Amino acid sequence: MDKVLSARDITKVYRMGEVDVYALRGVSLALGAGELVALVGASGSGKSTLLNIMGGLDIPSAGSIRYRDHDLSSASEAELTRYRREHVGFVFQFYNLIPSLTARENVALVTEIAEDPMRPEDALELVGLGTRLDHFPAQLSGGEQQRVAIARAVAKRPDILLCDEPTGALDFHTGVKVLEVIETINRELGTTTALITHNAPIAKMANRVVTLVDGLIASDESNAELTPAKDIRW
Amino acid sequence: MRSLDRKLIRDLGQLKGQVLTICLVVASGVAVFIAMQTAYRSILLTKDAYYASHRFADIFAYARRVPDSIEPQIRDIPGVAQVQTRLLSRVRIPLTGSDHAATGQIVSLPDHGRPALNDVFIRVGRLPEPGRNDECLLLESFAQSHHLAPGDALSVVLNGRIRELRVVGLALSPEYVFAFGGDVMSYEPGSFAVFWMRKAAIEAGFQLQGAFNNVVLRLQGGASKDEVIDHLDTILEPFGGFGAFGRDKQPSHHFVTSELDGLRMQTIIIPFIFLSVAAFLVNVVLARLVQLQRSQIAALKALGYSDSSVGLHYLKLVTLIIGIGSVLGVALGTWLGGLLMGIYKDYFLFPSFEHRLDPEVLLIAVLISLVSAVAGAAFSLRGIIRLPPAAAMQPEAPASYKTSSLDWLTSWMGVLARMVFRELRRRPGRLLLSTMGLSMAVAILVIGRFAIDSIDYLMDVQFERAMREDVSVGFREPLPARVVDSLRAMPGVHQAEGLRTVPVKLTKGAAARELVINGMPVDGSLRVLLNQQGEKVRIPMGGLLLTDLLAEKMGVVAGDLVELQPQQGERRKRQVLVAGTVSDMLGMQGYMQLDALRELMGEDPMVSTVLLSVDPGALPELRRRLYDMPAVALVQEPAAARRLFDEQQGGAMLAMTLVLVFFACVIAVGIVYNNARVALSMRSRDLASMRVIGFTRGEISMVLLGELTIQVLLAMPIGMYLGTLAGDALLSSDPENFRMPAVVSNLTYVFAGLVTAAAGLFSALLVRRKLDRLDLIGVLKTRE
Repeated sequence: MDKVLSARDITKVYRMGEVDVYALRGVSLALGAGELVALVGASGSGKSTLLNIMGGLDIPSAGSIRYRDHDLSSASEAELTRYRREHVGFVFQFYNLIPSLTARENVALVTEIAEDPMRPEDALELVGLGTRLDHFPAQLSGGEQQRVAIARAVAKRPDILLCDEPTGALDFHTGVKVLEVIETINRELGTTTALITHNAPIAKMANRVVTLVDGLIASDESNAELTPAKDIRW
Repeated sequence: MRSLDRKLIRDLGQLKGQVLTICLVVASGVAVFIAMQTAYRSILLTKDAYYASHRFADIFAYARRVPDSIEPQIRDIPGVAQVQTRLLSRVRIPLTGSDHAATGQIVSLPDHGRPALNDVFIRVGRLPEPGRNDECLLLESFAQSHHLAPGDALSVVLNGRIRELRVVGLALSPEYVFAFGGDVMSYEPGSFAVFWMRKAAIEAGFQLQGAFNNVVLRLQGGASKDEVIDHLDTILEPFGGFGAFGRDKQPSHHFVTSELDGLRMQTIIIPFIFLSVAAFLVNVVLARLVQLQRSQIAALKALGYSDSSVGLHYLKLVTLIIGIGSVLGVALGTWLGGLLMGIYKDYFLFPSFEHRLDPEVLLIAVLISLVSAVAGAAFSLRGIIRLPPAAAMQPEAPASYKTSSLDWLTSWMGVLARMVFRELRRRPGRLLLSTMGLSMAVAILVIGRFAIDSIDYLMDVQFERAMREDVSVGFREPLPARVVDSLRAMPGVHQAEGLRTVPVKLTKGAAARELVINGMPVDGSLRVLLNQQGEKVRIPMGGLLLTDLLAEKMGVVAGDLVELQPQQGERRKRQVLVAGTVSDMLGMQGYMQLDALRELMGEDPMVSTVLLSVDPGALPELRRRLYDMPAVALVQEPAAARRLFDEQQGGAMLAMTLVLVFFACVIAVGIVYNNARVALSMRSRDLASMRVIGFTRGEISMVLLGELTIQVLLAMPIGMYLGTLAGDALLSSDPENFRMPAVVSNLTYVFAGLVTAAAGLFSALLVRRKLDRLDLIGVLKTRE
């Protein structure tokens, strides 16, 4: 399979306040084109750190990370910015929408700087929010806000979609709706997707499930059979 | 519009309270700068153009009587470009219905044409016709005050005789931009007149046929003023020359330029205060915004916006705030500048007096405010640019607080007070800057009131304690001391004492200074020499007492011999012993006992001024008789001058105080309000938690507002000290002429403190209202 993203022996040390925290202790992982990979593990296992490094938000303390033939571990801040702008879409647990911008404007924030973006309206239509274009984040439910965040992430037609606990702040029903959107994007647009989740059932919709424990990959297994998002229960 | 710009506009809307307060501070700074700079430049340009077009002289000299035949010698002095000889004489103008006579000056015009130097500008009417002995041009401001117009008649008393004059025109001259009768303290528009008449019309009355008593010169480019003055003095000495002087000592010019210098000085100090406060506020507000929008900044970066474009976005926000403030400031400054010019218009007489809005000034004002704002924003902008997006996604690590060895200080206070103190200690920079900013508000109030206090003190000391006479009579030139007896013999006079003043050049080694030596009677009681503390100083026998600043500048100490050359009469150089120094209030002076000075001069007893103590009932008649004496140049009444001064100061003082209170409030509200808003938004989670636990609104207000109270309290003494310091610097900008003692009344301190406290309280209450509406659940539910 064509490797889009590959990480090798990645270590990451954070200094939190006055203590050093080892977030990753030598992780190697590759994402194939069009794959949907679930990253699971307990809090503090290093999932988010790995995701941030894959997304060019952070660089490893040691080890290498490559996007196709670009070395991200030695990339400059400007190169990382370009990488994020051109190739990566992010979805966060807490949406991180700009509260002073409407749904449409939040998506436009991305389409204005992307090379071949969708129309903001189309992106919102894709996540089922075609009728909520001019609502501010505060006027939307949590699920709706997360779908705006997804629309914002996919509007640039990214090569990689990185989702950090996209359903973490949502109830079950809205969570499923959000997962359906992610599934659609992965299947229909062929976007390589990595998805962090706490919930084992959610991992059943992924091609592969990578489990992190204490900054190391404990297991990396393929799902023989994929469960459609709409059938997932937790 | 781009989405990011939309965010910007909406963020501005969210911050409107803070934006407004910062805008006001910026606007005040820009307005003061523009008002003062444009007024300064307008006056300077007007003055220079007026001087050039009306050929204002470079050198001035008075003499008793110089034959016209001497004029060619003056023309031949190397370096002299133009010469105009003139007759000048003082006149009294009896005003109907007033005890007080106005005084005036008659200035001769050449018999034909216009003066070569110090030309007149005729507003209405025409020049007096040659041969018409009663025609005159009258100073416009005097005519306006007394409702006189061309065609009107006016009587003046010249050499004791009444003359009827007919006004044929209203005029101005560069010599009388500030027209006063020799005594700035008792200046009042309309109390001093200037009459321009043809020479032939007045020479007989002056008993100066074929002669002149005043000459003005214009120098060639590059000529040495001092050499020409020396040369001119030598020529005029046999004819009773009083010592030539340059333009810098010409009374009107001197007054106008020192006023302009003061204006320029304030142009720098006051806007500096405002713009540093603006920079500070931008810093505070932006730092808070960055903290609040941490995750937004991270999201923008995650979406692919570059560090610099996110930085630029926040820079735009700052620029926009400053831009709004600047526009407001330009409008306000234009208006204030007009007002300021209006005030000067009452004092300075120019042919046209236009408030020119120099685009350069506007540009500079806007640029300075932008630079100061960017400086204020720099720290936060750096933070925005450097913020790593991954770290910003995480909630911020809890702020680190430490216990310290100073905790015992607050241990008795309870937990709330300890929270306040820990917060202050955690951000010492914020505490320092806030306190400094607030102290600026206090300082501005002190600076403004300081001048008033000091002048009050000076007036008190000078008029109440140093000048104990009712009337002082100054002569055109020194008279034999027996004049004291004849004045004492006038009706109503109780007491009379003579003073002798001699303008001299004092030399010690390479150092030389021109100053006036005051000879004072040993047993005199009408005029007392006081030091800056208002204590009476005795003049030592035989020696010269010098102003300490002067002695210091010349490197002279008590016991030194200095060389002294009188600038009037016999100019032989003499040696005199410096007996001591005194820190007086009147600039560069020397004092000697009257007899010692007479001995030094080697002359018969002479006096230049006579001080009188007078029965109040006899004053009007005495005044009239004194004015009519040809030898008398100046009649001053300290009590009347004081009254007049107080009256004129009253309105100006109130206006100035109001403006300063406004400015100080803008600063104090700006700082307290912004700090409080920032503290509220940073700590709303803590405060809400406290409310949930069971603390009352009052208690959580204390945590928030306690910090601000401490800032305000700390700022007061610092501001009072800074204000006193800055006021001192402003007042002593011209120590050679005037040394005001550093006096700040307790009332001023109380006033400054109260205004600042009130402004602080007002802003605290605004924020307290928000605190009362704190959404407990909402705050706790959202992610930090």
